[in-house]
Amino acid sequence: MTPFSFEWQWNIEYLIFFGLLYTALSIVGGGLTFVAIKTCLQLMGFMRERHFH
Amino acid sequence: MDSPILPEGVKRCSLTTFLILLLPCFALLAWGGLSAVLCLWKGLNQTNMSNVFAFALWIVFDLAVIALGAGAFFTGFLTYIIDRKELKNIINAAVIIGFICYSGAMAMLGIDIGQPIRGWFIYWHANIHSMLVEVSFCIGCYLIVLIIEFVPIIFENRKLNEIKPIRLIGHNLHEIMAVFAATGAFLSFFHQGSLGGMFGVLYGRPFAAREGFYIWPWTFFLFILSAIACGPCFTILCTKLTEFISGKKLVPDNAIQTLAKISGWLLSFYIVLKIIDTLGWIYGVVPRAGMTFMDFYREGPYGVWLVVCEILICGVIPAVMLMIPRIRQNGTWLVVAGILNCTGIVINRFVFIVVTLAIPVMPFDRFWSYVPTWQEWGIGLAVLGYGVLVYALSYRYLPVFPKEKELNIIT
Repeated sequence: MTPFSFEWQWNIEYLIFFGLLYTALSIVGGGLTFVAIKTCLQLMGFMRERHFH
Repeated sequence: MDSPILPEGVKRCSLTTFLILLLPCFALLAWGGLSAVLCLWKGLNQTNMSNVFAFALWIVFDLAVIALGAGAFFTGFLTYIIDRKELKNIINAAVIIGFICYSGAMAMLGIDIGQPIRGWFIYWHANIHSMLVEVSFCIGCYLIVLIIEFVPIIFENRKLNEIKPIRLIGHNLHEIMAVFAATGAFLSFFHQGSLGGMFGVLYGRPFAAREGFYIWPWTFFLFILSAIACGPCFTILCTKLTEFISGKKLVPDNAIQTLAKISGWLLSFYIVLKIIDTLGWIYGVVPRAGMTFMDFYREGPYGVWLVVCEILICGVIPAVMLMIPRIRQNGTWLVVAGILNCTGIVINRFVFIVVTLAIPVMPFDRFWSYVPTWQEWGIGLAVLGYGVLVYALSYRYLPVFPKEKELNIIT
C-alpha cells in the first residue's frame, strides 16, 4: 500500500507503520544499489578491487 | 566427480555417499510435495484445521523455526554491530540456518493461507491494526535481508569466485554487511515481538491474554527474549551435529563458548521474567476472568506437567547449566543444555498456539482436540528435509566454517 492507494488514510498510525516499512526497504534497496554501482565501476576500471584474506 | 567445486584444502565424502545420506531428505520432500499438491488442489479440507483450530501444526512449526532461526539476526548483531570478532567463525552457519528457517516458514505459510496467489494481499491491502500484518511485513523483509546475507557465502564457492563480477558483488555486499545486519536486527525484533503480542492481546481467551506496557502485552517482550535466548543455542546444536557427522572440529571453542554464555544469560533473564509473568497471570488475569489456574488443566492431555516441563525442566535447568562455565565447557552437557533450551521454546510456542485454542472459553464450550492429518505432517516435515538438504549442500560446497582448514590439517 502506498499513499496513492485508495485505502490509505492520512493519520499517525499509517505514517508510523508504513514509514518504518519503507525506511527498512529503502535501506535494503539503497545498499543493493550501492553494491551494483560499485561493482560496475570496478568492472569498468574506475575503482580498485579490495582483496580479502 | 564434484571435486573441482568443493572448497579448497578440506576433505568431503564421495558424491555417492553424500547422495545416499540425503535420501531421507528427498523422501521427506516428496511426502511434503504430495501433501502440498493435495492441499492446493483439493483445498484445506485435507487438514484437520477448523474454525476452532485456524492455527494448527503448521503455525506451531512456523513459530518454532522462526524462534530457532533467531540465531541469524542475533549472531549477526553481535558480529557486525557489537564487533565480537570470534563469532565470524560461526556467523555463516547462523545465516544459513536463519535462511532455512525463514524460507521454510514462508513456504509453509504459502500452503497455510490456502490460496498462495493471494498472498500479496496482506502486503498491499494491509490492516495496520493487526499484529499479523506487522509479522508478515517484517518476516517478508527479513527474508530479503537473509537472502542478501546468504548470497556472498554462495559466491565464495571455489568456481563461482573465479568469475570476476560475481566475486566483486560478493565482496562489496560483504563490506556493507553491517547495514543489512542492523536492518535485520530491527525487523526481527519487531516480528518476534508481534508474534508474541498476537497471543497476549487475545482478551477473550484468558489462557493467553496478558497485561502489558502501552500497546504491547508482556508476551511481546517474552517472545523476543526467548527467541534470542534459544536461537544461538540452535546454531550451536547444528554446528555440533555437523562436527559429529563429519568427524571434524569446525568452530574454535571461544566462538561456541561466547554464544553459549550469552544464550545462558539471556535464558536466565527470560526465565525470571517468564516466572513473574506466569505468577502475574495466575493472580491477575485468571481471577479477573472468573477462573482459577487449575480450570485450564482439567480436561484434555495438556496438564500442569506442560508448565513444569516448559519453565522448570526446559527453562531453569538449561539456564543454570549454561551459566556455569565448567558445565558449559563440557561438550556433552553443552549439547544437553542446548536441546533443553530449544525444546522449552518449542513447548512455549505449542502451548500458546494449540493449548490456547483447545481450552473452552464459554461455560457451554467443550475442550477441543486436534490431531494433524498426514498431509499436515508431510508439509511440516518437508521443511525439516529442505533444511537438512540446504545445510548439507552448503557445508559440502561452500566455505561455511572459515577455520575448518586450519583446525583439520590434511597430512
